[in-house]
This record gives sequence, structure tokens and C-alpha cells, in this order.
Amino acid sequence: MSEEMYKEMAQSIIDGDSDKSVELAQKAIEIQMHPLDAITKGFVVGVNYIGDQFGKGEAFLPELVMAGEAMKAAVATLDPELRKLGEAREIMGRVVLATVEGDIHEIGKTLVGTMLSASGFEVYDIGVDAPADKIIGKAIEVDANIIGMSALLTTTMVRQREVIDELEKEGLRGKFKVIVGGAPITREWYEKIKADGYSEDAIGAVKLAKELVGKE
Amino acid sequence: MSKNIKSISNPKLKLEVLTTEEVQKIHDATLWIIENVGVRFPSKRALEIWEANGAAVDHEKKIVRAKPQLIEDALKKCPPKYILAARDPEQDCSLDGNHVYLGTDGCGVEVIDIETGQKRTSQLSDVRDISRLADATEEVGFHWVPVSAQDVPPEARGLHEVRAIWENSTKHVQTESIYNADEAKAAIEMAALIAGGKDKLRERPVLSLMQCTAPPLGHDGGSLDAALLAAEVGIPTGFMTMAACLTTGPVTLAGNLAVGNAEVIAATALLQLACPGAPVFYAAAQTASDLRTGAYTGGGPEDFLFGAATNVLSDFYNIPLSMGAFATGAKDPNWQAGLEGAMSSFMASVVMSDMLLGCGFLHGSRIWSFAEMMMDCEIFSIMHKMMKGIVVNEETLALDAIAAVGPGGHFLAQKHTRNHMREIFLPEFMDRRPYSEWESKKDDARDWALAKARKKLKEHQPDLLDPKISAEMAKIIKSVEKE
Repeated sequence: MSEEMYKEMAQSIIDGDSDKSVELAQKAIEIQMHPLDAITKGFVVGVNYIGDQFGKGEAFLPELVMAGEAMKAAVATLDPELRKLGEAREIMGRVVLATVEGDIHEIGKTLVGTMLSASGFEVYDIGVDAPADKIIGKAIEVDANIIGMSALLTTTMVRQREVIDELEKEGLRGKFKVIVGGAPITREWYEKIKADGYSEDAIGAVKLAKELVGKE
Repeated sequence: MSKNIKSISNPKLKLEVLTTEEVQKIHDATLWIIENVGVRFPSKRALEIWEANGAAVDHEKKIVRAKPQLIEDALKKCPPKYILAARDPEQDCSLDGNHVYLGTDGCGVEVIDIETGQKRTSQLSDVRDISRLADATEEVGFHWVPVSAQDVPPEARGLHEVRAIWENSTKHVQTESIYNADEAKAAIEMAALIAGGKDKLRERPVLSLMQCTAPPLGHDGGSLDAALLAAEVGIPTGFMTMAACLTTGPVTLAGNLAVGNAEVIAATALLQLACPGAPVFYAAAQTASDLRTGAYTGGGPEDFLFGAATNVLSDFYNIPLSMGAFATGAKDPNWQAGLEGAMSSFMASVVMSDMLLGCGFLHGSRIWSFAEMMMDCEIFSIMHKMMKGIVVNEETLALDAIAAVGPGGHFLAQKHTRNHMREIFLPEFMDRRPYSEWESKKDDARDWALAKARKKLKEHQPDLLDPKISAEMAKIIKSVEKE
């Protein structure tokens, strides 16, 4: 019975079917399946499969994103049960994401968020036009491991440096790893502002985040 | 042809990429989107204008929903023709539907240094150099701000950039790097210095603005405010959609065209509601995101189709078009760069896009290459030649020469040949040498293009901008810079 259901769970992720994954998560709760089993033996198997297919060049980004969203929906359904049991899913780390002040271009950042949460990170996305104090405040609040910032404009990417400078000033720089991204972001820029890493796409951002939390 | 500017006109080639019925369907879909889904206008001023004209405004979400009639009536007020004025009036660009002008691309963040060949962060001196080279290059009709001047303060960067171009060229300046009210006001004052007064800008708009939309179905507040200020004084303004299939637009090309069209025509209608008759243009550089990474680089068959299709849309609205072309994901001026440059510029030129953006970039408009610029210009020259098509008349049928040569002879010694030989395209960067000559040098187009750029840059002296005007501009910029 369980085996059959694990397979269905994995398949719902592979199909990127959020309705189905939520339905299966609810069913798992009803039949008192342990939520961690549902996640690790069921849903995660699907995520890993899509990840492998993607790595081989046989799955495409939309499939990866849909799988990520179906996974997120299933985990959100199971989370309250986990808490009741006083347990928590093992997470890769906590990430605060933001598009910097003055900038409203967030598609890339949102995509990074989806990919990170599908890969087991807990993601706090505070949206666009986020000033330094808001970003840092959130990172302190959730005890983040990583702060990720995006910018599309050369006139707003300077804000990434402001956040890093502010962290230095407050003596918090050592507490968080800082990663940056966005169309104008280059290796030269990330080195200049002394960030801990940058990536040109969402897949690279996941790899980077894993490295920074020592899990790659 | 204007002085020192090569433009495509009176083309003989034709292409039907969309039928009349298909265009109507895209237009209807666009109006449905604007009425039912809405477009985000995060500017207080823009929302007030929409509300005053009877559109439904959600102030919290800043989303505007407008009836088709409101949009269609507003669009009828767009002037179909006008000029992009140059500092030298002989270099004006006429946006009349019968000219295609090439501009420099923008706005990159890195430059392959012309001397060292190393890639580095772009700076103000690059804007100067590229402008001066473009001033000397006949294929370039007007400027975009080619790269970001990252060594000057961000709050006045857009102003430093336009001043640098005016100081190094007499051709028209279109900026895509001024996207807030403060900089727009200052830029208008600077343009007025050249035009001889703010009231002269309508007649001699020496500056035009291009604002990027924020797809899907959104705008940037600063861009809208800047555009509204420009429209007031008659500075031509265009909104550019870069909706990308898969990510910021639907995966299907027709849907992507409709989304981008909704962004552009809604903002264009806004300018007409605010300032009826303001010169506006349609701008686009749609593409398909990479299936594997979601990345934007531009290029590929979808790009090429968009290049032709968008002009059909702008013609439908009877406004000029600025079309993204020459976009490439290539990291080096190579096969991919040549292929993408040629196909995109052909598709956008054959339908007579008024402005073609633009030459010079690699890696999705991020890295400027002087060699790439020169080679893109040669591609434009090839398009210029091809659009003339094949002329068929008594003289070109050459029956006298054919009779004189007869079976088995050759045409090299014919007067007819000498009279017409200069009509044959003479490439600068195509390798047609004997193999042995290549073998001894192993050089190619990239080397020759770079050498040409270096030579022009060394030799060309543009007509200086009046030092008094330049000093006034410096004062205006100073007033915008923070302490």
C-alpha cells in the first residue's frame, strides 16, 4: 500500500501536478503515514528524478519549476503535521532573497527561490525594492545562512554593495553568506563588492548555495 | 541619403509573416488582455491620467484595465511620421516608414578593450570611444547609449552618458538609460541647449527616449514618469517589450506577441491621453528564453520571426518601430554571432523596421566588442544591398553585352561590365583570398574588423560640441549628482 503511494507521490512531482501532490499529502495525513516518510520516500524521489533528467539534458526548466512548485505545495501541506510531532524536515539551510531597492525586476530571483526550495532550502522571499535594513532585518529574524540579492539595472546593482557594507558596519558580515545575481552581475563585480558568490542562472545558484552551506 | 549615414529605403523585397486576419486577431487578443487582465502602471501620475480618462484603476495593485475604445481612440492620435533630429541637421533620421536606420546597441556592462583584448567593466571613456567610432561609421544612423558608464555616480549616470555622446558625435542620440523623472528633466534641459530652447525640441528632437517595459504586463514607475515628461516637450518616446517565451511571456509566439503588444500599446495610449499627438514609437526585442537555463541571450529562430512580426503590428498602429536585432548569445565574434546578426537584421529590415538596434554586442547585449560592431555594420551593408533586389530592364538584361561576348567568351572586357561593376557588393571582412595567402597569415574577419575600428578611432575627429553648451551640460549634471 505505502509503496504504491510513494510511487504516486513521486509521479505527482514528476508531472509537476500541485493539485495531485497536495491531495496525496492530505491522504498521507489521513492514513497516518509519517510525514517524513511521505517526503523522503515519496515526493523527494520525484524531485531527484527530475533533477537527474535535467542534468542529462532530457528535462527542461519548466518541468523543473513545476516539480519544484508541486514539491513546495506538498511540503506545505505536511508541515503542520510535522510540527505537531515536534519534528522538522532536515533543511539544507535558510535563505533570504530580495530584489534590491529601486529595482522591480524579480523574475530571476523568484526562479532562484523556487529552485532553492525544491532543493531543500527554506526560502524567505521578501520581494522587490527591498532596502538594506529590511533585507538584513529578515536575515536576522529567520537566522538565515544565506542572503541572496538580485538587480537588473547597473544603477541599482550598487545597492548590493550597500547591503554588504551595512553588514560589515553592524558586525554581521561573518554571520551570513551573501550571494548576488542579475543580468549585469559579473565575476568582477561580485569580487569587487566582496560577496561570497554569484551565479548567472538559477541552477548555478542552487549549486552555489549548497557549496556555501557545506552540503555539496 | 543623409550625410555620412547609410539607410535602407525603397526595398524591393517583401515578406508576409502575418496575414491581415492574424494581425487583427493579435490586436483583439491584446485589447482583451488590457480590458480583462490589466497592465501594471506603478506611477501615481500615470494612474491619475488613466482614472481621469475613465479606465478602471486598482490603486493598491496599480493595475489599469481599459476599454478597447479608450485604447483605440488614444492610439489614433499618434503621429505616423516625424524625424529624429541630429546635432548636424544633415544627419536627421526620417521615421517615415521608408527608411531603416541602424543604431548602436545598448546598454552593456562590459567591454572587450580595444587595445588589450581583455574583458573589463564598462566606463564613461568607452561611451566616448564608441560614439566617436559610430560618428565615423556610415552604417550607424543614430546612437543608443552603448554601455553603462559605471565609473560615474548612478544618480546622474544617464546624463553623463548622453553628454559624452553629444560631445563625440553629431548624430541623433536615443537613450535607454534614463528612467526616472529627475534625470529626464535634466536630460530635457540638456537637449534644449542643443535644439536652441525647450520650445524647439518638438521640431528638433535631438534626443529620444526608449523605456523598457517590465513584462509580463507591467511597467517601471520611473520609466513612465520619464516618458510622460518627454512627451510634454515633444521628445520622441518608445516603450520596448522584451517579453521572453517561457519566462516573462507565454511559450507560444502569438501569445508572446499579444502580451508584449499589450504592454507597449497601453503605455503608448497613456502618452497620447496625457499629450495628444506626442511623437511615440513602438519598440520590441522579444525572444525565447533558453529551455535549459531560462537565460536571456537573444537570437534564434523565434527572435527572427518576432523581428518581422512586430513591424506588422507597429504598421497596424501606424507608428514607427525600433526593433531589436543583432542579439546573440555568442561569447566571441564567431559563427553564431554572424548567423544571428544576419538573420535578425534581415527579418527586421525586409519589413522596414524604422530603427534597428543594434550593432556591437556579444553575450545577450552584455559585452561590447569593437570588432563585432564593425562586422555587424558589414552585415547591415549586405542587407542594404539585398533590399535593393534585382532590377530588371533593358540595361540590366545586358543583351548587347551578351551578343558581343557570344558563346564561350568572357564579360571582363565589356564596357557594360565596367559601367555596372561597382554595383557588385565589395565585402571588407569576407575571406576570398587564395588558400596559400590565408595559410601564411591565418587571420580573419575579426582581425580586420578590429584593425578597422582601431584605425577609425585613431583618425576620426568629430565636429566639436560648442564648449559653452558642454559646460552648461556639466552644470546641469552637477545639480543632479548627490554630494
